[in-house]
Formats: sequence, structure tokens, C-alpha cells
Amino acid sequence: MHATLPYVLCAIMFMIGLYAIAVKKNIIKVIVGVIVIHHAINLLLVLVGYRTPLTGEPIAPIITGVTGPAGASGGVDELLSQAVDPVPQALVLTAIVIGLSVVALMVVMAVRLHEKYGTFDMTEISQLKG
Amino acid sequence: MHNVLPLLVVVPLAAAFLIPLLSLVTARRNWPSSEIVALLAVAILVVLSFLTFGGQDVMTVWIGGYRGQPELLGIRGVRATSQGADGGILIDEVIAGSRADDAGLKAGDVVLGLRRHEGDKLKRVTSINHLRRENAALPPGTRFILCVDRQGETLEKAVSGGKGVTGIAMVCDGLTRLMLVVISIVSLAAILFSLSYMRDYTKLHLYYSPIMLMIAGMIGIVVSGDLFNIYVFLEVAAVASYALVGFGVESEELEASFKYLVLSAVASAFILLGVAILYGLQGTLNLAQIADILETAGPNNAMWLGLGFFVAGFGLKAAMVPFHAWLPDAHPSAPAPISAMLSGLLIKASGVYVIARLVFNVLGGGVPVAYVMMTLGAASMLVGSLLMWGQWDIKRLLAYSSISHMGVIMLALGVGAEALARGESGSAIAGLAVFAAVFHLLNHAAFKSLLFLCSGSVVRSTGTRDIREAAGIGRVLPCTGFLTRIGALSISGVPPFNGFFSKLLVVIAIVWAGHWFLGLVMVTTSLITLLAFIKVQRYLLDTEPSESTAQREESPLPMLAAMTILAILCVGLGLFLPLYGKVLLAPAASTLTGGLTGYATSVFGG
Amino acid sequence: MKGMTLIVKTMTSLLFGCVLLFVFYVILTGHLTPGGGFSGGVICAAGMLLVILAFGADAVKERVGHRWAILWETLGAIGFLSVAVIGFIAGAFFAQFLTPSLQFKLSAAGSIPFSNLAIGLKVGAGLFGAFLMLAAFREGEKADRDSGEGDQ
Repeated sequence: MHATLPYVLCAIMFMIGLYAIAVKKNIIKVIVGVIVIHHAINLLLVLVGYRTPLTGEPIAPIITGVTGPAGASGGVDELLSQAVDPVPQALVLTAIVIGLSVVALMVVMAVRLHEKYGTFDMTEISQLKG
Repeated sequence: MHNVLPLLVVVPLAAAFLIPLLSLVTARRNWPSSEIVALLAVAILVVLSFLTFGGQDVMTVWIGGYRGQPELLGIRGVRATSQGADGGILIDEVIAGSRADDAGLKAGDVVLGLRRHEGDKLKRVTSINHLRRENAALPPGTRFILCVDRQGETLEKAVSGGKGVTGIAMVCDGLTRLMLVVISIVSLAAILFSLSYMRDYTKLHLYYSPIMLMIAGMIGIVVSGDLFNIYVFLEVAAVASYALVGFGVESEELEASFKYLVLSAVASAFILLGVAILYGLQGTLNLAQIADILETAGPNNAMWLGLGFFVAGFGLKAAMVPFHAWLPDAHPSAPAPISAMLSGLLIKASGVYVIARLVFNVLGGGVPVAYVMMTLGAASMLVGSLLMWGQWDIKRLLAYSSISHMGVIMLALGVGAEALARGESGSAIAGLAVFAAVFHLLNHAAFKSLLFLCSGSVVRSTGTRDIREAAGIGRVLPCTGFLTRIGALSISGVPPFNGFFSKLLVVIAIVWAGHWFLGLVMVTTSLITLLAFIKVQRYLLDTEPSESTAQREESPLPMLAAMTILAILCVGLGLFLPLYGKVLLAPAASTLTGGLTGYATSVFGG
Repeated sequence: MKGMTLIVKTMTSLLFGCVLLFVFYVILTGHLTPGGGFSGGVICAAGMLLVILAFGADAVKERVGHRWAILWETLGAIGFLSVAVIGFIAGAFFAQFLTPSLQFKLSAAGSIPFSNLAIGLKVGAGLFGAFLMLAAFREGEKADRDSGEGDQ
């Protein structure tokens, strides 16, 4: 955990997304709130994997021609111990895909709701009560 | 035999994608290819879930074959369990060809201590827990220098260790087997029911394909041994259910589906947040490894934060009371077999099951978490049953009742967790409480699905969900009426049906643990449920039908067959408990009460 | 939905081939460079969206209808599952069944390029189907009754 500012940014974005979902009446704004929440969490996931080596700049976890073969004394192990953790990046890719499909479904629902009710206002789309 | 586990996930996924493919070919000719494929797939699933009983007690399948080796501080291939002669840790075994072998460690070495770099001070270690606690936050691949003593000679070996990242695991233990049996049988009933219920709809491949995706998602959740895998399959099941809730695209259903979507998306965001925090803390996503690390290192602040987010997120999926607002809208709007699957399976597999797994087996939590679970459970119980009181819409009534019963299961699990945290004195109470919780889970799946399917039959005949308008339908459709009565008596807790036995066990467990007031609350809830279902039975079954109602026809055979299967379960599960309890329920309860140690050792040893 | 002017149509038909070439590059070298199945699929869907915008949704629906989208999507998904199941031959679920070879070649990652191809196919076709559905929506007209199945 190096600088705390990106983490604070994550928290602020999460709060903004929650505020949009809880307070706003327009369906499209609620959808945008969900998108902002997803972005905040993806940002947090990427930040969690950050690591700096003992000296120098952060290293990206890419095996280039300079890295030797895997073994106990160097090469891939050396790279793994010093480079940024690649696992959260894979998690973020999956999370982005999932977020995309959820948002796509939400947008289709919003379009259908507009077709049925004629409005995007949540207070008027409230047939189900009790 | 352990190859059954991947097949359990692959079969419904393959069916989910074969159904649209086949529908392209057969749509013009009107062959029922979707239904045949769906029915076949669920039948294969039932067979496979019963096949899982044949293997070892805990089966672990590592995806891709990347099996975790025993490791010490992340140096893979080292087994070290005992103390050396003069302190230090004795290495029992070094697996040939592993990283430890490459580093030059041999069996019989005694680990004295370690240094972070050359010239650093030597940190002596006296026990394995000491070693782990010294370096509880090492990322994978960290280099350090290990000082070992080989027959009197002190050597220094440079090794790369840190917490080793194991592969992705699929784990099948007692609780998984119970959930698999529940999922497969209820899905079979739901798909049998849909064969005739959905006859009037077109584009059926858009119905059966998401159902198979939802089943695949739920099976993936219960089978997975990896935290992020749980999240991915949770999302698969949830997205499929969003599509299914809004299936008949009337305005009400779309509104319900949208509300459900937004709330559930927020819950998934919370869950992902919890996963991110836990990954940052542990460096690993494997459930058994997290259990291992947390067992030795003990709880810390990040774990509490992650646990809080998990309880919030999964609590919403399980319809606990502060987060229950989506359920009374979503479950009634879905078609009846989908309501049965949502209420009977989804809120359990993606809600209560995961909370139980995390709190008992992976994260631990002790007394505070147990109190939170008990509070949530008691509140859900009471609020669900009170709100059920004034409903005239049969499916909405059943949805509120689902909230109430999820509260019962959560309360029983909370009582069990609290008793476990007390140590030896509470282990019998914990065993009973957890047994009662899983028994009630099984029973609730049976009778709630039965009731939803019966309501679907009523809705299909009369076209209305209001019990006042459909009054007397039980006289006109005798089979449906009889099965509804069985369901209503089961849910109210009338002997000899299954509801009675599980509610009795829950009340006994609560009172034995010393919570008199909560036991009283539970009995009150039971009474309120009984009264509400007497109302349902009175209107639906015991009044004279009006003229328009008297002309309705009985439901077709597949629907009746599905309901009969569940009704037989309702009667049999209660009476024949001694026969199947040891095989199905006792292993489930014992995996939960086994705690962190039980889970970690059984997964890595298998 | 109507298409755009002749200039846009000509340029799009020239560019679409290049987009597809780029998509194949991104998908096939997913294990060597950033990209892979999902990114390639999304680029493919974006390219097809370009075609939908330029030529109009009706024209695209006549030539490459919704049925093609479903066909390729399900074939991609079944391909991915079969890569997983064929791994059983090599001993475990999802194992590599082609041996990884030297670095920086296409065969450097065993059977991963096949899964990349399958995922690219699925994502591209799935998103294309979703865009087609959205583009065909018109005010006041009942679009195809579709429950909005996501592209999971």
C-alpha cells in the first residue's frame, strides 16, 4: 500500500455510485450509478495487486526475451517476486465482462420499460405494491 | 470418480448452448427439441449428483491438474510438521523435482531461521506457527534465505517462497452433496412442470437456455473451492435469473425484473469488494488455503471488513431482512416453475450456502459474526411472516414466506456458530443446530417448490393469482387441491410432514443454547405461518367454487407428476429421517462444524 | 433504421476487412500480447456495429440475420466446453493437451489459443446479436419478443 490516494478515490467513486442508485429517479441515472460502482471495484482490484521491487521502477509481469527459464535461481521466479501481481488483472478482466453483460441487460430492460410505460421516471413505474 | 465434478458443471452448460443451436434447426418443424434436451440434461444431472456419493468423503479436483503440493512458507514440495531436536523445524519430506528440491533442501534438515536478505539479522523460529506468523504477508515468489542445519553443519539456502499460489480447485464434501441433490431434484420437478406450463409460449429456447444456465451457475457455486469461482458462477446464475424473471414481457414483470437487477448488481459489487479485500490480505483465492492461513494467523481487521461486505452481499442474495425488498416483487412475477427454482434453490445456493461456507469453514468469525447472523435471521423470520399476513396474492404470500424461512435457517446457523465459538461445551449444541439448519434447508426446498408449482397450476387454470377470485379451485382440480394441502400442512409444521420435524429441531437447538426469547420468536413465527396458510387453504380448497371457477379443467399430466414428486418428498423426508439422515445430512452438518481446520485438512489431504 | 451516405458505405466496406484482420490478430496472439478472446470479440462486435450503423439495421438483418448470431455464438460456447472436456485426455479437466513449446511462438501456450478462438467467436457473435436487437427497436413498433438474454 503505497500512496493512499487511489484507494480514497475508489471509496469516493463507490459512494457516488451508491448515491446515484439510491437517490436518483431516472432509470438511466441508476444504470450509470451501477456502472460507476463497477469501475470503482475494478480499480480497487487492480490496486490490490500493485507491488514495487526493492530498487527501481515497478515492473510489468510480462515475460520478455530477457527473462530466463523458470528455475529456482532466477528467471521467472525472480520476475514473479518483483513484478506487479498479474492475478488481479485476470480477475478484473472477468469482472469487466460480467459488468458488461449486466449493464447490457439493464439497458435492454430500460428500453422495454420505456416502451411499456412511456417514461423513464422510477416514481411512475410502480405498479407492484404491498 | 472425482471426474464427476467437472461433468456436473459441463453438462448443464452444454445443454444451455445446445438448446438455441438445435432450435435453429427444428423451429420450423415444431419439434420440441429444447424440452427434450433440457429434460435429458436434468436427468443426467440427477444421476451424476447421486454418483458423487460413491467417491471419497471429500473429493478435490484441481483444474488443469495443477495440484497444490505441501509447502512451507510457499516453498513447494516441503512437508514439515514436527520440531527438530534442538528447536527449529524438522523437514520430513522433500518431493523430488519440486522447487524445494531445486533449492537444495533435503529431508532431515532442521530449519533454524531465516533472513530476508544477505547480511540481515537471523530470525530464529521455534515452531511452524511462529514461522507463518513472522511472514504472514509474503507475496508469492519472495526471495529469502533459509538457514538450515544438516547434521551439525549450518547451510544457507536462497529460496523463493512467499505464500504459494495453488491452482483452482473444485471441492465436493458433505454439504456440497446435499446441495447437489436438492438442486437436481427440484430442477427436475421444475422442468417437468414447464413442459406443459410453457406450452402456450413461443420461442421456448429463450426459456430453457437460461434455466440451464441458472442450474449450471448454482452447481458451480456449490462445487467450487475458489473464492473468485464462486463469484463468477454466482453472476452466471444471477444474470440468467434476471432474464427469466422478466420472461413474459408484461409491464409488471419488467419492473420487478429491473428492481431485482439493480439490487442484485449492487450486492454482487459488494461481494467483489470483499473478494478484493481478502485477496489483498491473503494473496490467495483458494478457500482451503485461506482457511489454513487464517487458522494460524488469526483474524485481523481486513478479514472483518471482508466478512462484513460478504454478509451484506450474500445476505441480499439470501433475502435477509434489511435487504429483502427485491424478493416480493421478483418471485411472483416470474413464471411458476421459475419462481419455484428461484425460491427453492437460488436464494439457498447463492445466499445461505455461501454464507455458511464462509463463516464456518473459511473465514471463521467467532461470536460477533454469530450474533449478526442470529439478528438477521430473527428479523427476517418475524418481518417475513408478519408481512405475509395481509397478502391476497398467493405467490406474493409464498415469497414473503420464503424470507421467513431463510431467516429460520440463518438463525439456526447463527446459533450453531455461537455454540462452536464457545468451544467444547457447545459442540453438541452446535451439531444439533447445524443439523437442524441443513434439514430445514432441504425441507424448505421441497415444500416451497411444491407450493409454487401448485400456485402455478392454479394460475394456469383460473388466470388469476388472487385467492379470493380463485376460491374453491381445490374442489374443481382435485389433484392440485390435495397436493396444495400437503404443501400447506408441511410449511405450517404439522406432523407427520417434514416441516414439523425440522422446525422442532430448530426450536430445540435454540432453546438448548439458552436463547429463550429467540425460541419464543420462532414459535410465534410458526404460529403466524400456520394461520396464514389456514387462510390459504380455506379460500383455495374449502369453499364452494363459483360458476366460472367450476368449469376449469385439471392440469395436464407432466405438471401433476412434478408436483407429486415433490409431495412424496414432503411426506417421506420427515418420516424416513433415520434412513437417509446419516448419509445425506450428517456429513453436511459435520463439514460445517469441522471448522477451519476440518476444511483445510480435508481439501489438501484429498 | 436507415443507413448513411454513399461515402460512408464505401469506406466501411473497405475498412471492415481490415478490422476483421486485426480481430484475428488480437485473438490468436492472446497469449503473447495483451488481448485474447474477449477483447478480440468486442472489437469484432464493434466492427459489425460500424456496419450496422453504415448500412442500416434492416439491410444487415436481411443478409446476416439473428440466426447467424445464435449459430456462431453457440458454436463458440460449445467449442470452449469441448476444449475443457478434451483436456480429460491429458489427465485432468481443462489440462493442456498440446505441449507448450518455445517461447513467443503461437504454440507457446498449449491449447490456450483454441479457447481464445472459441471465446472470441462467442463474444463477437453474442454482442453482435445484442446490438442487432437494440438497433431494430423502433418507437411504437413491437420489436421481436426477446427476453434480453445476456451474452454470458
